[in-house]
Amino acid sequence: MTILKTEELTYTYSEGTPFEKTAVDHVNLEIEKGEMVGVMGHTGSGKSTLIQHFNGLLKPTSGRILLDGKDIWEDKSNIRNIRFQVGLVFQYPEYQIFEETVYKDISFGPKNMGLDESEIKRRVLSTANDLGITDEMLERSPFELSGGQKRRVAIAGVMAMEPKVLILDEPTAGLDPSGRDKILGLIKKYHERTGNTILIVSHSMEDIASFADKILVMNKSKLFCYDTTVNVFRRAEEIEKIGLDVPQITRVFGSLKRSGLDFGKEVYTVGYAKDLLLKKLKEREDL
Amino acid sequence: MLKDITIGQYFPGNSIIHRLDPRFKIVITLVFIAMLFTGDSMWCLAIGAIFTVISILLSKIPFKMFVKSVKPLLPFLLITALLNLFFVSSGTVYWHWKFFKVTSGGINISVFMIIRIVLLIAGSSLLTYTTSPITLTDAIERLLAPLKKLKFPVHELSMMMSIALRFIPTLIEETDKIMSAQKARGAEIDSGSFKARVKNLVSIMIPLFISAFRRADELATAMECRCYNGGNGRTRLRQLKSAARDYAALGVIALFYAAVIITDKLI
Repeated sequence: MTILKTEELTYTYSEGTPFEKTAVDHVNLEIEKGEMVGVMGHTGSGKSTLIQHFNGLLKPTSGRILLDGKDIWEDKSNIRNIRFQVGLVFQYPEYQIFEETVYKDISFGPKNMGLDESEIKRRVLSTANDLGITDEMLERSPFELSGGQKRRVAIAGVMAMEPKVLILDEPTAGLDPSGRDKILGLIKKYHERTGNTILIVSHSMEDIASFADKILVMNKSKLFCYDTTVNVFRRAEEIEKIGLDVPQITRVFGSLKRSGLDFGKEVYTVGYAKDLLLKKLKEREDL
Repeated sequence: MLKDITIGQYFPGNSIIHRLDPRFKIVITLVFIAMLFTGDSMWCLAIGAIFTVISILLSKIPFKMFVKSVKPLLPFLLITALLNLFFVSSGTVYWHWKFFKVTSGGINISVFMIIRIVLLIAGSSLLTYTTSPITLTDAIERLLAPLKKLKFPVHELSMMMSIALRFIPTLIEETDKIMSAQKARGAEIDSGSFKARVKNLVSIMIPLFISAFRRADELATAMECRCYNGGNGRTRLRQLKSAARDYAALGVIALFYAAVIITDKLI
């Protein structure tokens, strides 16, 4: 079932001035419910502008965005409601934290939804649990926490609104490898538990390859492709041509193929590569 | 909406006004302000208006930019005009109710004040529109240099001004980002009741302050890494040089000022 759909979505900055720039150019997309989508693209490719349309922060210059088949701009006064259904976590979200305690900061979103106290509490505690935030941390000031912890608190602030679609703009930017793995792991678990649709913008192909069902590639304001992970990495050469990386392991298997060792499969995770190699070696031993 | 702020905005160009030495431009602007406040007759203001219009035309900056600079001060202008209109009692009385009075003198003064303030804003906007903030602070530092003898921290002051001006656009961008992030959490910023909006302002101000302090800290470290230790022994990449046209411009404003003084004496 389609949850999010765009029709000829176009957005132009500073229309009618010399600084005019089309950031999103006639994008047509259909995102299915429950999918985990990786969003790739250069800085300035229009991906950040695109995701800000999904929760109505930006209004398209032309074209439409449909959530559950309904145009989100049909009723302007309802746009706040859309933001509760499509949660958007910005880059470096810890810079939006402002409350005295972690608990209060996470409850800011749910409070704005007008929920009652017991429901707010349930949501804060359940999201805190999802993101590995301990009860002891909930009572502390968010400004005393470490960078990775702050990041998790900020993500929890959006998750606690229990949006149907969760969009994260580079949730791991600027974190150390262990912080990065932790956050990605927690997001994956959250996805398994709730089955909600998730979009993650990332520059790390290794990360995207390890979690995404589908990949959306933006290039020069246009949708370059939106397809399953296998199909996208099958076009590895084209993707490298527009200046984006493919996972290292895909490149290794690409050169193996060119030098005559074809596995006949697209390889984009190390785990899968290991299985394939071991199988191949076993076949040889058996011969 | 934040993009409409024009404080300290600079419009690059190559007009005669742009090319004037910024030190002279500051002095001329000060003389211009003094000129507007000399004399109480419309004729004196008319001379000021002629000077303003000629300068604006010479600067080749679109006229609508000046309209834009006056706009935010409209409420202030209206209040001044209304106060003058109702409370000045001189000349013929046209209408009165209790202690409110509309007199010919009141009408004169309120029109006079509006024109004076509009000219004041337009003239001083011309200074910032045609001079980049960096050159402007440079010029201020040079003009205030004699105060150094009195142990007045001239260099530090102008450095603070440059930094403040430099960070206006950065902070505006930052505010925009934080606003979007809070809106994504359902904060009502440009909709909702007045009370809700004020409450939500906190959610923007606190992150903004934190980030401003963080930036200040980082900038201080970066400056120290480059061995910044104040203005002592510092030389400049761009030397300010005055040319004949600067003295000519000074002569022009002196002539206008003289004309205003004479007009004031004669009428």
